[in-house]
Amino acid sequence: MKFGVVVFPGSNCDFDTVHALREVIGRPTEILWHKDHDLRGADCVVLPGGFSYGDYLRSGAIARFSPLMQEVREFAEKGGLVLGICNGFQVLLELGLLPGAMLRNKGLKFLCRFVTVRVENAGTRFTNAGRKGQVLRMPIAHFDGNYYADPAVLEDIERNGRIVFRYCDPDGRLTDEANVNGSLHAIAGLTNARGNVMGMMPHPERASEAILGSTDGRIVFESLLRAIAS
Amino acid sequence: MIDPNILSRHNLTPEEYDLIVRLVGREPNLTELGIFSAMWSEHCSYKSSKIHLKKLPTGGKNVVQGPGENAGIIDIGDGRVVVFKIESHNHPSFIEPFQGAATGVGGILRDIFTMGARPIALMDSLRFGPLENPRNRSIMDGVVAGISAYGNAIGVPTVGGEVYFGEVYSLNPLVNVFCLGLADKDKIFYARTEDAGNAVLYVGAKTGRDGIHGASMASQEFGEDTETKRPNVQVGDPFKEKLLLEACLEVMDRHLIVGIQDMGAAGLTCSTTEMPAKSGRGVEIDLGLVPQREAGMTPDEIMLSESQERMLIACKPERVEEVQAAFAKWDLDAVAIGRVTGDGRLRCRFHGEIVVDVPVSAVVDLCPMYKRPYEAPEAAPRPTETGRYPLPADWNGTLKRLLASSTIAEKEWIYRQYDHMVQTNTAHLPGAGAAVLRIKGSSKGLVMTLDGNGLYAHLDPRTGGMIAVAEACRNLACVGARPVGVTNCLNFGNPEKPEVMGQFKEVVEGISEACRTFEIPVTGGNVSFYNDTEGVSIYPTPVLGIVGLLDDMAKAVTPGFKAEGEAIILLGETRDELGGTEYLKVIHGREEGAPPGLDLERERAVQETCLEAVGLGLVRSAHDPSEGGLAVCAAECAFHGPGGIGFAIDLQGGHRPDVLLFAESQSRILVTSKQEDIAKVLDLAKERGVPAAVIGRTGGASLKFSLEGRTLIDLPAAEAKTIWMNAIPEYFKISGETENGR
Amino acid sequence: MRVRILVSLKASVLDPQGQAVRNALHTLGYKAVEDVRQGKVFEVDLAGLSRDEAARLVPEIAHKVLANPIIETYAWEILEE
Repeated sequence: MKFGVVVFPGSNCDFDTVHALREVIGRPTEILWHKDHDLRGADCVVLPGGFSYGDYLRSGAIARFSPLMQEVREFAEKGGLVLGICNGFQVLLELGLLPGAMLRNKGLKFLCRFVTVRVENAGTRFTNAGRKGQVLRMPIAHFDGNYYADPAVLEDIERNGRIVFRYCDPDGRLTDEANVNGSLHAIAGLTNARGNVMGMMPHPERASEAILGSTDGRIVFESLLRAIAS
Repeated sequence: MIDPNILSRHNLTPEEYDLIVRLVGREPNLTELGIFSAMWSEHCSYKSSKIHLKKLPTGGKNVVQGPGENAGIIDIGDGRVVVFKIESHNHPSFIEPFQGAATGVGGILRDIFTMGARPIALMDSLRFGPLENPRNRSIMDGVVAGISAYGNAIGVPTVGGEVYFGEVYSLNPLVNVFCLGLADKDKIFYARTEDAGNAVLYVGAKTGRDGIHGASMASQEFGEDTETKRPNVQVGDPFKEKLLLEACLEVMDRHLIVGIQDMGAAGLTCSTTEMPAKSGRGVEIDLGLVPQREAGMTPDEIMLSESQERMLIACKPERVEEVQAAFAKWDLDAVAIGRVTGDGRLRCRFHGEIVVDVPVSAVVDLCPMYKRPYEAPEAAPRPTETGRYPLPADWNGTLKRLLASSTIAEKEWIYRQYDHMVQTNTAHLPGAGAAVLRIKGSSKGLVMTLDGNGLYAHLDPRTGGMIAVAEACRNLACVGARPVGVTNCLNFGNPEKPEVMGQFKEVVEGISEACRTFEIPVTGGNVSFYNDTEGVSIYPTPVLGIVGLLDDMAKAVTPGFKAEGEAIILLGETRDELGGTEYLKVIHGREEGAPPGLDLERERAVQETCLEAVGLGLVRSAHDPSEGGLAVCAAECAFHGPGGIGFAIDLQGGHRPDVLLFAESQSRILVTSKQEDIAKVLDLAKERGVPAAVIGRTGGASLKFSLEGRTLIDLPAAEAKTIWMNAIPEYFKISGETENGR
Repeated sequence: MRVRILVSLKASVLDPQGQAVRNALHTLGYKAVEDVRQGKVFEVDLAGLSRDEAARLVPEIAHKVLANPIIETYAWEILEE
């Protein structure tokens, strides 16, 4: 069982993610350079957070054209596990592996804080170590996390259980206030139709050690271990 | 021909010019004059301040590098060092708040990674005019957005800082940026060229006309024509800097280079003179080879441009290709623009002609130093006669007003715009006390804080300087950490005014005395003079950045109350001193009186008591009363606790109630302990001659203060917290429609 | 040839930045301002293309790179031949 973390120019959560996977989860983890064409045998590819290419055009818009993304797309199409965190989620949206797009946060400011999200579907390969309705505490740090999709897409992902996390209050209730960036349907994470690609705005790698204030993010990584083992 | 007009435009005196002619051996041309102008500016040469800065203690057994390099370096054991520095970006931030602050962050980051350290933390000390004024709001909004844009994108967490508000900063906001990096002790790099024959490489962004004469701009007062100075402003590109950071750390990690310096103030001029000067060599470069963003740039424009995200590298000639390949990996060019020579001169060619030929030591080392006339500040005003101030009728209301004052109110609106968690080392979130970072692969922690109170320093410069050091160290002691090093940013008015120079001298002596008491070395810093606009000087504002080391992360203490029913103990004592307090300012509209007194020995004893109690595991929470005094301090401990635990504190008489509640007496720490540990804590205090008493206990849902049993304040904790939380966001509310937009 | 490409959010997508600008203008007393949509402008220099070739290339790069068709729309014009 091996992870691969993609490094784009401007990625800045790459080392954090590698640290969490290697030192906390304890799995071999390859660093995948965006200019290469080799996934180095990774069982799960992680697109980390950051500001790929400065995010000057749109968040994630340029990274999708990186040479390695061709391999990532093929890997995903063959059913390989792909996790996009924050900027990685934005890249997956731009790439079209996940539906929808990100708008600027409703408060028009960058937002870095702990939030609580509710596990909407514990049957996914990214959440099988959790339980439905479980409230997880993880940090977010983004400017463009205000999820948007047209009504037909929203209906489809709602109906097919593709929404993995929703922003909620600490008791698991969905409120306007808890939906900190204004995402439609309070969506904080979703999968593709096949269930092998997930994007999420919260940072599980920042919530994997008690010293950082939460270990709830480990559920995502531990779920992946189970999914690959089975 | 150089005439007085040209000299004045270059900010050089006739005497300085005569010296330049003697040092160069002839009349300099305009490009050469520009080089001297930039390097002999106050900003680069410290010509007014050096004579006083010499008084600061800079040595110590853990000091690897003191002042004089891009940043100071302290050994923290295990083969690792911390590299840190604070720098001002006041003038650029006033002209263009967003870009000014952003490039301030970019500049201090380069100072750190140019030494081989990976930057792991940023902090900012900010001063703005009152937020009631929309212009001040817009400056603050821009500064915070600029810091956020740069720091977040490059991926270095902004883990803490401080913000004060005062009318005197309306026309002169202060933006001081601190950065700390971590490096292996055997991989430190300096600004050196080393041997003749080495190659000189230019890396990073192309050179444009931005920021020309920025160093001289920071060395002048602002007037009404400040608007027209706008084209000087540099624009930051954090993405480019991120690539530069990774590429530089890579060539250093592989030992491919011998020296490196960033091009900050005075750009190429600074790096091409300082690097050879430190190695006793010269440099010859071809300006035509310097990558240029704009067509038709002249030699002096190329030499003085302050375009951001650029570095100068010296390497062995046989390493050039490897260095270039490493930069190419990060999509950056490394262009060989010249070589190191043995003759000690900076020689620049442009289209085949020699346009600059000056001795580097003259530029770097021979700027005249000034002992500017100074006037001792007026004797510190007599202790405030508290009798002159009417006692408030409504104590609840008084506390509420203080909690809502911008200086005291919660700064979450600011720090949540900063990514304060990237790099996954942030162990204590911002907003309460010192920043605490774990060190991966070690049980040690780093603790850091910025402190400085301009009003205190205005009222009594020497005491203000001492208090800045004492309070910063006290913040570390509250966590359980001992200070290991200091960097300072000294923000003052025009040093040509004797009263400003007098303030400067006193503040530096105060800092020096306090640092000697705490036995901590000052490893560098920055002086920002000419913080005057339209003839008005800011308050002298020393900002101290102090870094501490925690031997065991697991023992780190936070300010928030931990549980109900624990004892609240005050270490130290409250004295009858209201001068310079936030209470006088907010409630009585006065900025006057003598600031709180400081007895350094008492201060040390209080801190030692706290440190020992923390080390023995006797302390559940610790926080020191500062602006707003004991009342605000205790309220903050409640706000930072889980679910807003309240408290009941009973004060003993001897002073007026406003003194007991709101005096900002120094050398006090409010700690909580379990009931069974009370005696041990009191004993530790007694051993050191520190007054200490149990003054209350945690619990309930209210903030309660009584005086000898008679209720003064009884305020629901939730209500008080809301006031404190909302005060700053209220000023920045965008209309309800967009706030709840969907 | 220099072309200008304007990218803005689709009418159906909420534009919080545009709204914030509109509200600010209202606060400043410009009551006539009814709506504001914020967008991005790109000025692109093209070498050696005819008008027809530009008319094929520009929509392609706008659609593929400069705009995100899920939320954005674009318009373009030739500034200089």
